[in-house]
Amino acid sequence: MKKSVLSAMVVLLLLGTAAYAAFFVAPTDARQGLIYRILFLHVASAWTGLTSFFICFIANLLYVLRRQPRWDWLGVSAGETGLVFTTVVLLTGPIWAHPVWGIWWTWDARLTSTFVLWLLYVSYLLLRTLVEEPERRALLSALFGIFAFIDVPLVFGSIRWWRTQHPQPIIMGGPDSRLDPTMYKVLFFTWFAMLGLMTLLLRQRYRLEAMRGDLEMIQRESEAA
Amino acid sequence: MKNLNSVFAAYMVGWAVFFVYYISIARRTSALRDDIERLKNSLTRGK
Repeated sequence: MKKSVLSAMVVLLLLGTAAYAAFFVAPTDARQGLIYRILFLHVASAWTGLTSFFICFIANLLYVLRRQPRWDWLGVSAGETGLVFTTVVLLTGPIWAHPVWGIWWTWDARLTSTFVLWLLYVSYLLLRTLVEEPERRALLSALFGIFAFIDVPLVFGSIRWWRTQHPQPIIMGGPDSRLDPTMYKVLFFTWFAMLGLMTLLLRQRYRLEAMRGDLEMIQRESEAA
Repeated sequence: MKNLNSVFAAYMVGWAVFFVYYISIARRTSALRDDIERLKNSLTRGK
């Protein structure tokens, strides 16, 4: 069996187990009832998205320092993957918020900084379509990617530094932040499964970008000949 | 079972986004592979 098929099957199994645990293993929340189960998808996607943006940031830094195409390929792949996970966060958040808060959206610090993060990485990908020359495109997008990452600590700190409509942190948020031990385990298992999905998507996306790089090189060589 | 529909909707939307992204990567890879093949053929013909 091909290695890629096997890894996809492992990731699917992990995601299936995580979904089962989110619906049937984690206890129902006393205050919110069933709706809180969105937490497992919403929070795990948010953490995975931020992890992906961190990989993008490191790859962008390495490109600026070393100017090797592979860091540009990794940067754009991680940026796009992070954007997909953040899209899931922005779509599942309002579905959870509406029954609990009575509103779909509010411009508080956490929601706004996450939306700005999403816009920044959309801009990062759009910027790449505007520059044709590969080295210039890679450098400009790496510099923009480093700038875009500044918003990540703001997203992380927003519910710690300011009073927001969004709930306060359940982990690493001081003595009042805690979660039921079973919920905690299910949340971390879901994050682990999501990291597996991120790795799978990132690897596929990186391969695509590497192929694109090779194609551009062949085209340039054929034009020069 | 209050809000069960919302929970299902959130999970469906989430999985749909991941699935569509996975398909989009597969499609782009396949289109690029065709382009590379076409370029290789045109280069071979040009020699």
